[in-house]
Amino acid sequence: MNTPWKKMRERRAYIALADGTVFRGYSFGAAADTVGEVVFNTGMTGYQEILTDPSYAGQFVTLTASEIGNYGCCPDDVESRKLFMHGLIIQNLNEPSSHRATESLQAYLQRNGVAGIAGVDTRALTLHLRTHGNQKAWLHVEDTDLPVEEAVKRANDWCGLDGQDYVSSVTTHKPYTFCGTGDLNVVVCDFGVKTNILRSLAAQGMRVTVVPAKTTADEILALKPDGVLLSNGPADPSAVVYAQETIRQLLGRVPLMGICLGHQLLGISCGAVCSRLKFGHHGCNHPVKDLRTGKVEITSQNHNFALTSLPDCLEMTHLNLNDNTVEGVRHREHPAFSVQYHPEAAPGPHDSAPLFREFRDLIMHH
Amino acid sequence: MPKRNDIHKILLIGSGPIVIGQGCEFDYSGVQACKALKSDGFELVLVNSNPATVMTDPELADRTYIEPLRVDILHEIIRRERPDAILPTLGGQTALNLAMELDEKGILARYNVELIGADAEAIRRAEDRQLFKDAMRGIGLDLPRSGSAHSLSEAEAVARSIGSWPLIIRPGFTLGGTGGGIAHDHDEFVTIVKRGLDASLNSEVLIEESLLGWKEFEMEVMRDAVGNSVIVCSIENVDAMGVHTGDSVTIAPIQTLSDRDYQEMRDDSLRVLEAIGVKTGGSNVQWAVHPETGRRIIIEMNPRVSRSSALASKATGFPIAKIAAKLAVGYTLPELRNDITGTTPSCFEPSLDYIVTKVPRFTFEKFPKADSTLGTQMKSVGEAMGIGGNLKQSLQKALRSLETGRFGFGADGKDAPYENADDETLRAELIRPNAERLFYVRAALRRGWSVETLYDLTKIDRFFLRHFAELAAFEDEISSAGTLAGLEADLPLFRQAKELGYSDVQIAYLLHSTEEEVSAARKRVGLVPAFAAVDTCAGEFEAITPYYYSRYADHAEPARPSGKPVIMVLGGGPNRIGQGIEFDYCCCHAAYSLRANGYEVVMVNSNPETVSTDYDTSDKLYFEPLTLEDVMHIYERENCSGVIVQFGGQTPLNLARKLQKAGATVIGTSPQDIDLAEDRDFFRDLANRIGIRQPESGIAHTVEEAMAIANQIGYPLLVRPSFVLGGRGMVIVYHEEDLLGFVQEAIAVANGKPILIDRFLENAVELDVDCISDGKQTVIGAILEHVEPAGIHSGDSASITPPLTLSPEILDRVRGYARAFAKELHVCGLMNMQLAVKDGELYMIEVNPRASRTVPFVGKAIGRSLAAMAALCMVGRSLEELGFTEEVVLPYRAVKEAVFPFIKFPGVDIVLSPEMKSTGEVMSLDNDYGIAYLKSQIAAGNRLPQKGNVFLSVKDADKPAIVPFAKQLVELGFELYATLGTSTLLWNNGIRSHAVYRISRGRPNVLDLIRDRNIQWVINTVESGAVAMTDEMSMRSQAIAAGIPVTTTVSGVSAALRGLNELMRFGNLEVCSLQEYHRHVQTPSGC
Repeated sequence: MNTPWKKMRERRAYIALADGTVFRGYSFGAAADTVGEVVFNTGMTGYQEILTDPSYAGQFVTLTASEIGNYGCCPDDVESRKLFMHGLIIQNLNEPSSHRATESLQAYLQRNGVAGIAGVDTRALTLHLRTHGNQKAWLHVEDTDLPVEEAVKRANDWCGLDGQDYVSSVTTHKPYTFCGTGDLNVVVCDFGVKTNILRSLAAQGMRVTVVPAKTTADEILALKPDGVLLSNGPADPSAVVYAQETIRQLLGRVPLMGICLGHQLLGISCGAVCSRLKFGHHGCNHPVKDLRTGKVEITSQNHNFALTSLPDCLEMTHLNLNDNTVEGVRHREHPAFSVQYHPEAAPGPHDSAPLFREFRDLIMHH
Repeated sequence: MPKRNDIHKILLIGSGPIVIGQGCEFDYSGVQACKALKSDGFELVLVNSNPATVMTDPELADRTYIEPLRVDILHEIIRRERPDAILPTLGGQTALNLAMELDEKGILARYNVELIGADAEAIRRAEDRQLFKDAMRGIGLDLPRSGSAHSLSEAEAVARSIGSWPLIIRPGFTLGGTGGGIAHDHDEFVTIVKRGLDASLNSEVLIEESLLGWKEFEMEVMRDAVGNSVIVCSIENVDAMGVHTGDSVTIAPIQTLSDRDYQEMRDDSLRVLEAIGVKTGGSNVQWAVHPETGRRIIIEMNPRVSRSSALASKATGFPIAKIAAKLAVGYTLPELRNDITGTTPSCFEPSLDYIVTKVPRFTFEKFPKADSTLGTQMKSVGEAMGIGGNLKQSLQKALRSLETGRFGFGADGKDAPYENADDETLRAELIRPNAERLFYVRAALRRGWSVETLYDLTKIDRFFLRHFAELAAFEDEISSAGTLAGLEADLPLFRQAKELGYSDVQIAYLLHSTEEEVSAARKRVGLVPAFAAVDTCAGEFEAITPYYYSRYADHAEPARPSGKPVIMVLGGGPNRIGQGIEFDYCCCHAAYSLRANGYEVVMVNSNPETVSTDYDTSDKLYFEPLTLEDVMHIYERENCSGVIVQFGGQTPLNLARKLQKAGATVIGTSPQDIDLAEDRDFFRDLANRIGIRQPESGIAHTVEEAMAIANQIGYPLLVRPSFVLGGRGMVIVYHEEDLLGFVQEAIAVANGKPILIDRFLENAVELDVDCISDGKQTVIGAILEHVEPAGIHSGDSASITPPLTLSPEILDRVRGYARAFAKELHVCGLMNMQLAVKDGELYMIEVNPRASRTVPFVGKAIGRSLAAMAALCMVGRSLEELGFTEEVVLPYRAVKEAVFPFIKFPGVDIVLSPEMKSTGEVMSLDNDYGIAYLKSQIAAGNRLPQKGNVFLSVKDADKPAIVPFAKQLVELGFELYATLGTSTLLWNNGIRSHAVYRISRGRPNVLDLIRDRNIQWVINTVESGAVAMTDEMSMRSQAIAAGIPVTTTVSGVSAALRGLNELMRFGNLEVCSLQEYHRHVQTPSGC
């Protein structure tokens, strides 16, 4: 066993936050410095699903769980065509021990060109983000001496994610069919869709066609969909103006379901206010109450923005019990609903999977 | 849904005495439940036979019954109290079984009592093997593949259909389950199947897939009445399937499952609760996963709070028992707050940003003849838990919390037995699951054996083995510093060593330095631990409850001084024989009383089963090992004004002097005075000055010296090594040849320390005295008379208060001695004295100026908590102020009886000796001594019969004494059986008896009678400590295995007969609550 004890204790890699705070560790992924926004995720499993979730585009994800890499990586747990996340921040790196693993986390990051820093006091970083909010940061993993001041400056010079359209960089370039059989035809607007959303729709007996984010309403309707799913995706919904326009045109003409960014876009299209949360929700343990049934689901979450004020046409259907934020809405007149959390899980609990069934029912009863 | 208002009075059933497999975790769950239900305004009735628990404190329930946990007694309590509901899910298997019996006997229906938490149907489905299998199959879960066969060819077909080795073969319908086995290949299979078919009365063998070597997991699930469900904690076993989970090293959260595997297990765990029909509360679901294929099999589920629930609660900060109690009375999860954050609901799944390791604590040294191989039957008596920022730190903390003299994963100078093992032995000890296997793993890794080799031998997952390998390798990194100065100069390396959990002791060993020097060097370079909060949410929300663990990292949780004076209470670490729940009770009482009197209490302990490690027992909880290094960090951080060491048993006492030297203020009786009481010369002088005799004694360093002393004092003798707890290595010898053997053994155990030889006071009456002193005044808590004669460890002896046979003059002299010793030893706090009375003369055996095992029992008997008052004395209150200036006079009798683990260790002799062997105790109260004693026997599981056959075999010295009792037995309607000698004696005294052969002389002998269930009670006395005859030992052992009560002393027979006589006179056993008893206590000082 060749544990890089010396490299680990030298702690030459670091992450410099825009506010000047520095957290040290050692590099284990691709050795290229990058800029990004730091967030933390409190899920205890699912690092590969997180790595491959396009919603993390432009971000550094801090995993709060202590030991990471334990079960390696495998092709089955991939959630998109490539890794859009900018860097992974962890405490302790492990070699895999799992019959499913085909590759170690370290090899996976290196092969995909994503930076990783281990040996970081992720609890300290998490508490810092909790107190001061998510931040722009510079991740220094190259084998050079970069002065901290320079790294902080680079973090500050970066424009950040607010007002940025990251959807156009993660969406599919051309339409494709995910699943060709089924009695219902569903079009997915790919704002950064996770594969498990597509699998979940297919499991409901739906034919699934995925279209690029900038596909217009007319183009979508020309596919004669029975329903349209507005997918999850990265960054700031306010920047995705074209999608808001598309949704406004689709509303009332075809049943809609929105997830995460798709939920925010549906809300904005209907006149809701969407604002940034201090440090967002990223994890697998948020209780969400279905206000219609009173039942609570443990949900998978990954968002920095949330609907903070709803127009009369939207009814709140789901509530986050931790901080009372809006987790789901339904249109009072048109067949459309959306949720802020991730019913497709991957990673996270499967409590909310029946929501795809609801989408089917909505289509059928429309 | 808010709380139900159709129930008002709830009966809570406790788990009874501490036994292997059912420890103090059920005190923790009971206390949480009591507090939760009382705060909701329910009238609470509690029944538990265990006096050492906090839950049986009279303040915690409206009515507390310290009564035997037997269905007829429960019936009486229900008749008397008429509860609306019974909560059976918080008292372990005992409570669950009782609830089922109450249901089956129709008692619940008759009194219209509802089972809340889990109903009888659900309990039955979870407990009955076949119903459980059917239910699991019904929801599509995988079970071990199996089939039955009536011929070898059929068997081979079954084996082919299962398709994997090894296979478990069990013959159908055999006597005693003989003829089965585990086949690892086809040849073995053929042999065992043939043997099995022969042994089976219907020529049938059952063949089942073996899960040995599979990975084992647990999920702790909470569910409310409307179906909201959460996983509170997931646990992965380091030891593979085949070792009982209670005996396995376990880690939380699960480490080696991908999200997909984890979530599927989660989904299925929730479905299991649904299928079993658990309405509300906590359950634990156990899984086996094949390491190569991922195939997952359901092992079992417990529809109740379990040992794992206690671990899960401490590991996550989620109070499972409290929430389970609230859910049982109608609340739903979203309605209940998370105490730790204060803002978010309890309906969530805790996220951990640290690792928790649990390591079991064994006491095989107490039972040298027991098989120390770990298997499917639990053998550990306690456990320690370590919380660390990473797995390695967590493991090292857990290992140094074990109180086995180790300071982490080896590298502490105590590895020789493992490192010196030859390859063959090492290999064997790696294959055989055993208590020390981790240290053999380390030795193998240091020897260069690969992770792959170790995986093949141990089936411990490679993930864990790699962590062990990295630790073993890192020793060389530390050593590479050369000297402590070298390490001090290399801060990154020093820091890394601390991050990985190396204690100062280990670093000192590796660098040939001392703990003090390492500690000083560490502080010079500013390396101190950063405390982090157990916050349930991985830092996402602020934690308002101060529950901490240490790690070495950038960020430290700020200390939150309250402005009040801070007192630290040190707990007792893992339970073991000789140090159990009694000491945790004392620590809790200290915390309660100090908090109520304006002090801030900081609790330090490493035992997840306890009430003391509940975050609301103290103001601040530190879940840390009880070592000098770990404790001093907390002492300094919290700016404590004093530390209490006399409540946590031997663990904190061993630290006392070192803590003082490191600058801590030990409050109460000084460590010097505590040590003085152990100093034989000082003590002899003191006893002389006070004017009390001691048995003649001497100190020997060699066998020759021992023989000389023996000749001078005369036999019988009590021989023991100095400085031990729980009477380890202590024996009574009657003959010179025995002395020789024992002295040789004792020298080995004593580890260089001398051997103490005392005259043994044969057939003396032994006394225990618990008293309290504020430094000026000393008040007796209670004087306890032992039922068994001197020579049996006080922890193993039944005791009674007030004393039965002693004259007021003797008792007054005892009181006088207590006051004198307390004064001379400057006692401030508790003191325990042990004395013996022989031929009207009093002898002092020992004095311990600290909490004793009997403190909780005395508290329950007299209705005042000695531990609570003692804590206040230590901070300067006087007994006058506390209103405790006179001994309480009891108008009733209280009996304490010990409970033993013999059933778990087949073949171990059950005869009591000076070496403590009991794991727990029960208490009973009654106005009549006989009834109180009888109840204590029932409570302890010694089910004395009221009719049937009694086998009598007594040693020569007891023969005259046994005659009147034999006569009484016949008068009560028993039939007597005896060996020839005893039988002749009885005939000569006009008592009818059946003669039976001695075991080796012919048949039918007593073993046949036991086997045929022809004997209901065995009375067998032997010379205590003498080498037992194999015959008799096997008889006692078999009787215990068959559930037949065995009485080994004449005094025990006498007490039992007194009880049986009273029972015949009064008809049935009555029950009465502790609160009612206490109302009759005369308290002269009026408090």
